[in-house]
Amino acid sequence: MDLLEFQGKEFFASYGIPVSDGAAATDVEEAVAIAERIGYPVVVKAQVHTGGRGKAGGVKLAADGDECRTHASNILGLDIKGHIVEIIWVEKASDIAEEYYVSFTLDRSAKKYLGMLSAEGGVEIEAVAETNPEAIAKIHIDPAEGLDRDTCRQWVEAANLNPDATDGAVDILLKLFTAYVEGDADLAEINPLILKPTGEVHALDAKVSLDANSSYRHPEYAKYDETQPRDERELAAHAKGLQYVGLDGSVGVIANGAGLAMSTVDVVNQVGGSPANFLDIGGGANADVMAGALEVINNDPAVKSIFINIFGGITRGEEVANGIIEALNRVDIDAPIVVRLDGTNAEEGRAILRPALTDSLRMEETMLGAATKAVELAKTEG
Amino acid sequence: MSIFIDETTKVVYQGLTGSQGRYYGLLNKEYGTQVVAGTNPKKAGTDVEGIPIFATVAEAKEATGVTASCIFIPAPGVASAVLEAAEAGIELVVAITEGVPAHDEAKLFNTLRRDFPNTRLLGPNCPGLISPGKANIGITAGHIAKEGGPVGIVSRSGTLTYQALYELKQKDIGVTTCVGIGGDPVPGTSFIDCLEAFEADPDTKAVMMIGEIGGSAEEEAAEFIKNSMSKPVTAYVAGVTAPPGKKMGHAGAIVSGGKGTAAAKMEALRDAGVLVGENPTEAGDLMAKVVSSL
Repeated sequence: MDLLEFQGKEFFASYGIPVSDGAAATDVEEAVAIAERIGYPVVVKAQVHTGGRGKAGGVKLAADGDECRTHASNILGLDIKGHIVEIIWVEKASDIAEEYYVSFTLDRSAKKYLGMLSAEGGVEIEAVAETNPEAIAKIHIDPAEGLDRDTCRQWVEAANLNPDATDGAVDILLKLFTAYVEGDADLAEINPLILKPTGEVHALDAKVSLDANSSYRHPEYAKYDETQPRDERELAAHAKGLQYVGLDGSVGVIANGAGLAMSTVDVVNQVGGSPANFLDIGGGANADVMAGALEVINNDPAVKSIFINIFGGITRGEEVANGIIEALNRVDIDAPIVVRLDGTNAEEGRAILRPALTDSLRMEETMLGAATKAVELAKTEG
Repeated sequence: MSIFIDETTKVVYQGLTGSQGRYYGLLNKEYGTQVVAGTNPKKAGTDVEGIPIFATVAEAKEATGVTASCIFIPAPGVASAVLEAAEAGIELVVAITEGVPAHDEAKLFNTLRRDFPNTRLLGPNCPGLISPGKANIGITAGHIAKEGGPVGIVSRSGTLTYQALYELKQKDIGVTTCVGIGGDPVPGTSFIDCLEAFEADPDTKAVMMIGEIGGSAEEEAAEFIKNSMSKPVTAYVAGVTAPPGKKMGHAGAIVSGGKGTAAAKMEALRDAGVLVGENPTEAGDLMAKVVSSL
């Protein structure tokens, strides 16, 4: 779950990391009131789940109330790469002497935490990594051991920050590490981390991604979840407990198991079609789950055909077949359906489906055959 | 032979008294696995269909001599359950549970490596493993696998593993052991651990690998195959068309910033001499050819 900048700053502040004084607003007057309270100059920043805000005109400096009003009204409603700005963050403008970069993430390959610190902040770190990799000081931290102050100090020294920044940086890095671990973040990044002319070190931006698996021990995640961008189809599917990812094609996909669902999407593409979604109904395939999945797919107007790809493991073919037939009795489906049923007792399951087959419910024995048929139907229907 | 488990492996189920633990524990027992104990601190002294329940893994081990454990308890308790098993001296811990926080997994992996190097963790978020005809620990449907050999399977995906087992059985090809390592960011057992074990197992003559987008485990496996494996390997990687930045159901199945794409993984595997199928059926056909030429 990716946080918006202001949520990331709230998250940082709750771990004692210094951030600029500011608040979030959803209308112009609220933004001006915040600016009046914290004092000019202020920066007005678009809060969207995408990068490149500055280039799109989503970050502006305001010296007084008139400027703040103008910028706030221009930025609210702005379309940044398809994301419409609904929230703006108004914060006290900072004097900047130097800009640094710092982040913590998991290095899956080393199975340890990776800390990256660079004196060349404020720009895309990927670009620094390519043009000047020595400018990034990296450390691996053993998750079972943690990060101590001495190691952190050596790391900061290795990154060649301004010596004036050392103490402040060590302090922030330790706090950021605590936030990363205790806050169950997948990513905790500050870019830029700034050194002010007065010698203080301060987080000017916040990029935080949280691990949804740990939401049970973080009640605060609920408020972050509310602003997540969502596809209407995904909302409906999640409400039914289905794993759904919206795509932009015309073949609706239902499969059991994440790997098989992913593979089904691939095969639809391989035979020249375009999947409308990824939908994993999990291990079982009873009538309730199947009906729910069909409803979600049926509500997507882009869907021209439906490919149900079920591999019976523990679940037997007869149960799957009965589930499909019962679901079809409950839900009126507009698009033609192609079923591929394989695995445990597949033949028994197919025997149950056979009498029910029509032009709008077809069956194919193989995954490739079924995908080909579904794609063909989508093209005819489209 | 098989890797990691066989007909002599005695297993304790942590969470045998829960609905999932009971269901799969009994299925595994019916398959022939030596399911000899369960644990639940509140139900010690009772039994599940004759399988005794102990308060702790240590007590279960003392009484029954178990060397493996299978975990079916909810995600918040998984890390401490694995450590409890490791402390009791269990050699193989299979954690089926999904939804374990990534930081728990990272700490757990490194704690095991530091303090309990003799304990192998498989999972979390995995279907378990099966040595067909000998033992089945986890949620794999046992009857879809043909016993014997010569193929070993290692996979990050549950249903695709079933599909692979089934396709090989249809072609009358047996499997020594099929290991589902799971799709999480920090799996206890990696592709390489399994490839190494299959390379050393005299009955395994070829290996089938099923990968997914995300991370770099397949690329690392490719490097290992290139340098250290003499046995032929076939592979399939799911997620060729997954859009970047989207999680496809598994915590591990996510592509970010052009890294961890299926195309990159397939290329690395091909470079290592692996026969890569474009879909699961093709991967099965490739394996059939390999087996017929052994």
